[in-house]
Formats: sequence, structure tokens, C-alpha cells
Amino acid sequence: MDHRDIKFSRDEMSRYNRHIIIPEFGLEAQQKLKASKVLVIGSGGLGSPVLLYLAAAGIGTIGIVDFDVVDDSNLQRQVLFGVGEVGQPKVEAAKRRLESLNPHINLKVYNTQLTSKNALDLIKEYDVVADGTDNFPTRYLVNDACVLLGKTNVYASIFQFEGQVSVFNYINGKGEVGPNYRDLYATPPPAGLVPSCAEGGVLGVLPGIIGSLQALEVIKVVTGVGEVLSGRFFSFDALNFESRTFNIRRNPNNPLNGNNPTIKELIDYEQFCGVKAVEKKIKEINSLELNEWQQRGEDFQIIDVREPYEYEICNIGAELIPLATVVENAGRIDRKRKVVVQCKTGNRSGKAIRELEERFGFDNLYNLKGGILGYIDDINPKLTKY
Amino acid sequence: MATVFIPTPLRKFTNNTAKLEVAGNNVSEVVSKLTGNFPELKRHLINADGKIPSFINIFVDDDDIRNLQQEQTVVKENTIISIVPAIAGGRE
Repeated sequence: MDHRDIKFSRDEMSRYNRHIIIPEFGLEAQQKLKASKVLVIGSGGLGSPVLLYLAAAGIGTIGIVDFDVVDDSNLQRQVLFGVGEVGQPKVEAAKRRLESLNPHINLKVYNTQLTSKNALDLIKEYDVVADGTDNFPTRYLVNDACVLLGKTNVYASIFQFEGQVSVFNYINGKGEVGPNYRDLYATPPPAGLVPSCAEGGVLGVLPGIIGSLQALEVIKVVTGVGEVLSGRFFSFDALNFESRTFNIRRNPNNPLNGNNPTIKELIDYEQFCGVKAVEKKIKEINSLELNEWQQRGEDFQIIDVREPYEYEICNIGAELIPLATVVENAGRIDRKRKVVVQCKTGNRSGKAIRELEERFGFDNLYNLKGGILGYIDDINPKLTKY
Repeated sequence: MATVFIPTPLRKFTNNTAKLEVAGNNVSEVVSKLTGNFPELKRHLINADGKIPSFINIFVDDDDIRNLQQEQTVVKENTIISIVPAIAGGRE
């Protein structure tokens, strides 16, 4: 539908009045918002402000992709949700919140993980994508799908105190295509090199700031108002309040749309990001088995590789050796008895075991599957979850 | 000396310092000086071929060194060098 044919009810006119009276914006930009379809991938820390502001601004159709359920640990930053929604699918909770915010828009929810199988079908129905996902495989998947379909990808990413924003694959008025994620980062870091927010943490207000900038760029892309952050890359450090905007360009060697494209369809992104490939198999134990060992008085050692402040929140009486100090403390780890290594979810302890096996040839280490969180769920709900 | 901005994920290797003054005539010299002072940074900033890995971007003032003279990009007294790694967000 041509945006000029878009009509507004009296209610809508009064709701959008503060937009319409901005001289550079006007009724036409508001019509463009209502005519547009935006797909928001991920309804977490970044997705929360993006969805709230896009819904409030009057984007006509908003799609939301997420497969997660609301957890207590989300509420520190995911302002879409409240205590009452804990345990519910995020897309359902988001839909209800946004419907109450703006009844004049259409919301479509996809309670599913974005994959190489469904990405093209989902994204092709929309004009613009806002990527607020939380892992490298999905970042490359969203990027590649957007480039293959010719859609603009409004990108934002956060870690601890640091945020990044850019607009990828933007086609300007002259038909020139802007850079995409692969021009900026041709390959992902090896698995395990960059810590994630679940491990490294994130200041709750940061996704609020960065997600709001992402919503801003979506609105600019849709309306054509202002200068879109294409060919530029914004970086913000909340700790020092330093921000910089860098110039970025297309790379002629980009395998998607450089001079000699080699990627013509979506690939296996877990494999591309080394998530599958580098994981050497290690011995595991689940919390029920660990409990059995404890009950029958089996002789074994438990090592906790989390940080001291995490240990203070909850622990199962393990010896504390934080991941970064495991190598220098290898002498404290028993070689004769069985040794259970645990962390919060089983990821860091897996890394510790791989490192110890590789460097020192340990063969008696067992990773606690699901970490202390799993143990709390299955064995001791009295411990504090975080 | 040039000012180098260290990104959050790498600060644990620089004693939590965000901003460092480093001498060098070009990016390559600055990076070797930096990794000489903080050896743990090396595996993040230099790959097996001795190059800057593709998941790290280095900007000299506002521009990506790939669009300047790569590691040979000249560094002046008041140049700001920003190291910007790929970050993805939350999943552990």
C-alpha cells in the first residue's frame, strides 16, 4: 500500500500529534511508519526498548521473533516484562504489553528460534529488520538473510558497558548499497575468546540506551527523515562516557555481495562460528548423579570455576578456582580421585576442563551439566539463583 | 604518543585500563608495543600470520585501517587508535 493512502482515525491523530507537528517529520513520515513492517529479532535487553518505542511510534506491523521464556534474571534490563510474566514465552508477554501500549498497530509473534531454514521466509515479509540477538551465529544468519533478500538490518550489540550500533545493507536514494556486518567483521571470534553477557554481565541501562538508538535508526530508515547511520559505526562506552562514530566501507572480498560472491544461500552458522567444530567431547555428570555420589559418600573433589562474588551468592561447598586462574592453580586439582568441575551453567567449567586436559593431560575431570543452576533446580531449591 | 582505547572485553588484560598512551610510528609498532607490555593481549590482537584478526577492527581516528594503509597506517602524536572487537551479547 502506498503510504500516501494511509488514513488515521481521530484517536490516532491525537496519539501521534507530537510527531506530526515536527516540521521535518509531518503527516507523511507518520504515514510511512504506519505503512511499514518491521521485524524485531530478539525481545530481550535490546528488543525491549526497540519494541516499546516502535510500537509507541506507530509502526504499522511489528513482528517479534524469540523462543525464550521470561526469567527472573531478565528483569534487571528487559523492561518489557514484569514479575507476573516470569515463566511465560517472551513473545506472548511482549505482545500483551505492546497491545496495551498501542492498540492501533498489528503485532505478529513467532515463538521460535531463527534458523537457516526459516529465516528467509520470516524476513521476506518485512521491510526492515532490527537485530537484537545475543550470539554470533544468529548475527551472521540475520546479516546474510538480509543481504540475500535486500533488506536493511538495523544492528545493535552490547557487552558489559559497551554498545555498538550501525545500519547494514541500507539502500540509499541513489540505489547504492551500504556495508553489512561481514564488511565489518569478516569472521567471528573463535568460540570462547569473547565472553558473553551471561558470563561477563551487562549494565541494565546500557541496552536501554543502545536499543533506543536502534529504534531511532529504524524510524529514520522507514521515514527517510535525517541521515541514516549507514557506512558508519557507532560505539559507546558507558563507563567513560566516550562515544565515537567510525567510517566503514564495503569490502570487495565480502563473500555475500563483494566482487566474487560465494555465499548464495544461508549456511550452517553454528559451524561457521566454530560452536560445533571446536568442542571436544568431555566427561559429564548431571546434578542427580552428583547428588547420588554425595549421598553414598563417594570420594571426589569439586572445583567451582566461577568468580568469588558468584560463589558468595550460592555454592555447593566446592573449592573455588575462578576460570582465569585455573592454569596457575592446576596443582590444587586432584589427579587420583574423580573431580567434578562446575560453574553457573556448565559453559565455563567445560572450558576449564578442556584447558586442563589439553595442557596437563587430566583424565579424571567431570563437567557438571547445567551448572549450579541445574543443581538448584533438581536438588537444592533453597540455594539462591542468579 | 598515540592514545589507544582498549575495549571492555580486553580490559582484563590491561589491568582494567581503558586508555593507554603508546609510542610508535605506525599501527603495527603500536600493537607490538602494546602486546609487549600486556602479553595476554597478543592472542586477541595478532593471529598466527602475524596480522590483526578479522574479528577485531582497528580505527585510526575515524577510519578503519583496512581503508587506510592497514598495519602500516601512520600514527602521529595526537592520533586516537580504537580497538573495536565483535561483540554479540548475552548467550553463555
